Amino acid sequence: MNEHADVKKHTKTYINVFLALLVLTAITVGVSYIHLAVPLAITVALIVASIKGSLVASFFMHLIDEQRPIFWALALTAIFFAVLMLLPVLSHLGGIGSPRVP
Amino acid sequence: MDIPYVVEARPDTGLNNAKLGIWLFLASEVMLFGALFSSYVLLRVAAPEWPHGYEILHVPVATFNTAVLITSSITMVMAFASLKMKDFAQYKKFIGATVLLGFVFLGVKGYEYGDKFLHHEYPSESTFLAIYFTLTGLHMLHVIGGMIVNGYFWGPGSKLWHTAPEQFTNRIEVSGLYWHFVDLVWIFLFPVLYLL
Amino acid sequence: MGLDPVQKGVLTLDNAATLDHAAAHGHAHEQSFWRTYIFSLDHKVIGIQYAVTGMLFLLFGFTLMLMMRWQLAYPLGSPIPLIGGLLSEQNAPGGIMLPEFYNQLGAMHGTIMVFLGVVPLAVGGFGNFVVPLQIGAPDMAFPKLNMASYWVYFLGGVTMFASFFVPGGAANSGWTSYAPLSVIATTGQTMWLFGMVFLITSSLLGSINFIVTIVQLRAKGLTFMRLPFFVHAQLVTSFLLLLAFPPLEAAGVLQLMDRLAGTSFFMPSGLVVSGEILVRSGGGSPLLWQHLFWFLAHPEVYVLILPAMGIVAEVLANNTRKPLWGYRVMVLSVIFLGFMSFIVWAHHMFLTGMGTTISAFFQTTTMIISIPSVIILSALFLSLYGGSIRFNTPMLFATAFLPMFGIGGLTGLPLGLAPSDIALHDTYYVIGHFHYVVAPGTIFALFAGVYYWFPKATGRVMNETLGKIHFWGSMVFMNVIFMPMFVQGLVGINRRLWDGGVQYAHAAPWQGLNVMQLYGAAALFLFQIPFIINFFMSIRSGKPVSDNPWDATTLEWSAPSPPPHGNFTTVPTVYRGPYEYSVPGASKDFSPQTEPDTGGGAPEPAPAHAH
Repeated sequence: MNEHADVKKHTKTYINVFLALLVLTAITVGVSYIHLAVPLAITVALIVASIKGSLVASFFMHLIDEQRPIFWALALTAIFFAVLMLLPVLSHLGGIGSPRVP
Repeated sequence: MDIPYVVEARPDTGLNNAKLGIWLFLASEVMLFGALFSSYVLLRVAAPEWPHGYEILHVPVATFNTAVLITSSITMVMAFASLKMKDFAQYKKFIGATVLLGFVFLGVKGYEYGDKFLHHEYPSESTFLAIYFTLTGLHMLHVIGGMIVNGYFWGPGSKLWHTAPEQFTNRIEVSGLYWHFVDLVWIFLFPVLYLL
Repeated sequence: MGLDPVQKGVLTLDNAATLDHAAAHGHAHEQSFWRTYIFSLDHKVIGIQYAVTGMLFLLFGFTLMLMMRWQLAYPLGSPIPLIGGLLSEQNAPGGIMLPEFYNQLGAMHGTIMVFLGVVPLAVGGFGNFVVPLQIGAPDMAFPKLNMASYWVYFLGGVTMFASFFVPGGAANSGWTSYAPLSVIATTGQTMWLFGMVFLITSSLLGSINFIVTIVQLRAKGLTFMRLPFFVHAQLVTSFLLLLAFPPLEAAGVLQLMDRLAGTSFFMPSGLVVSGEILVRSGGGSPLLWQHLFWFLAHPEVYVLILPAMGIVAEVLANNTRKPLWGYRVMVLSVIFLGFMSFIVWAHHMFLTGMGTTISAFFQTTTMIISIPSVIILSALFLSLYGGSIRFNTPMLFATAFLPMFGIGGLTGLPLGLAPSDIALHDTYYVIGHFHYVVAPGTIFALFAGVYYWFPKATGRVMNETLGKIHFWGSMVFMNVIFMPMFVQGLVGINRRLWDGGVQYAHAAPWQGLNVMQLYGAAALFLFQIPFIINFFMSIRSGKPVSDNPWDATTLEWSAPSPPPHGNFTTVPTVYRGPYEYSVPGASKDFSPQTEPDTGGGAPEPAPAHAH
């Protein structure tokens, strides 16, 4: 029955995470009404989204106590994701027709 | 001929096969949606002007949808927890709720799309609309896929609980991981498209 | 190639044990024809399906190129011999190829060879058949997914093939499908995109299967550093497929949206087509397509080469009767190579006007990636030194791979540096470079693999004489075709010109090379006939051999030939590394991985199967 106690503990965590997600959603929507300057708005929005995402990944997806092979596969993916996000747009800053190019 | 580690974990990796498999699949999905986000970035940076999401899209409606998806995530994880506690009836309620919430999400999205089409705001009208429809459309296809799988596990697939409960629990865990990922993508999609 | 030992009439004590085991588990050995040969869940059957389909597509892609070679040799209106009459009026009126048809052949030759030929054979074929055996597993981790992967690939192949027969013909914007041309191209391009979606899906499912299998299903005692190099190569390849393909899938969706929904992801503003302004929202970027395409297509070329290096490693170690030189360094290099392959892609885009800083970045990473490549090639070369070399057919192909890949790799260097690339980009030099790596490179390694593992799949060897004819003819004529391309490129002849550039003053004097290459290609084609005959003839009447005719050390050779369902009669335990040949003090010149390490010096019992 130790497993039951374990799951009960997890259930409490799930509910807390759920509430946190709702609060963070409200925050991110609220901030958007302030109409910050675009670079700042993007930064804040991405930070909040990352926190929410980390909560879902860590607790709902149990990543926080997952095994090492998974962790390494995801770390590798994160690196290539960053490469995919950054390098194309960096390729065109300082290129022909800068600062804005297709 | 039995394939090992279908249910029990391999000692040195600590994983069963399906768990590793689904995480690898999710890694590929990160790259899939990543490419679309990367496209968004390149198109927006290159554009002489780009509308704010809230000028074109309905933020309150999408906020509601965000809450729907987050709620479906917790019902999904509770479905898994119920099976861990050997409560099949509870599992059925939670997985059913997850599927229902999926329908709500789809319904809201259908309303949003319909509203856009009514005003002739098609993907071909602007790159903003093009990337909006493509990103949310692909996400929607993933939601539908997840709902089909969850629906199967609520219905005929749930019979496996009676013959191989541990294997069935693993399947729900794997299915849950996919569903949470779909929620995770929306968590980034929503602010990027609607709030910036 | 019956897998049921009872049907084959080769019932031994070992096989009987398998049958008992199967019966105890209540398996019905009476599986329907469909389940056994068409929708099999057995990795060996699926591997053979992939391999045969892949080889058929290679042959088809080759015939497309033969037609192109005719056109390039005789561009001023000469009907194609033999099949000119079979071609339709839209494509080749009077048997004389139209430029539109030449472009279709060009685009589809590339697509078919890369996505329908080499990768399915190298990864789907050899990977599926060999990897579970080499790691001591009963099958792949997800047999049903494996079967699905093959059939989705098959669907993709059918779609690509069918695209030739739609109005406007097949895709004709190069295998690279650059926008905006591809967006306004004929229907065949839409079919190409759908075909790619199928192929990418097949690849993704397959890569998940390979990674989970290699991580989870290794036999007892088989640590990562005891894996054959072939398995390491397939593991890295699978990661490349897993993480690099999705952006192309996304790009394919975007291009489909542009073509079918009128979006402007890749369509810039103000585009004029045939003198008319194109009515679209505009605001898109053709370069976006290029980034997403090459993000996949660069790792894809490592997908093409890594399994080949793996095969060469296996065949070299076996036929030199000594361990691979620098196994550890090779493993680290192949992992580093895989990682680097994700951050070099824009060396295909040096002429797109990118900023000098980022161009320097990609040049640097491209130079760095040549290091692990050279390390692996050098290690393979060094593995020959001091060996007792047996020059059987697999060894001939594997050894020839080394200098051929060397030429291919070295000729890549001027392309990876922007200043020289400015002159060489989109010329025949590029075509020469990549064909050297893939044709006398990868394909030679794949031939080596066919000859090497044929006895495991069938219990018979292929004929050595036919094999040697196949080898020498291929070796000579591959060089006749591809070596001149470096000259053609250096004098400035562009690629993808339907008349071979004969209209240009700088190209016309070199037209004779095209004629030579045509006859070289025809000869190369003829020299594949001994191989085709050998392959099918040997299935029925090749010389029967033991389970381990090459006296090899890796695990697949301790299974019966062909292995039954479930592969191993007793679950293997691994005691050694993969290349323990000529161990001092051992009674024979090879020590299989399943043989316990008795500390050397103690005599081993005679092998169970006499040769």
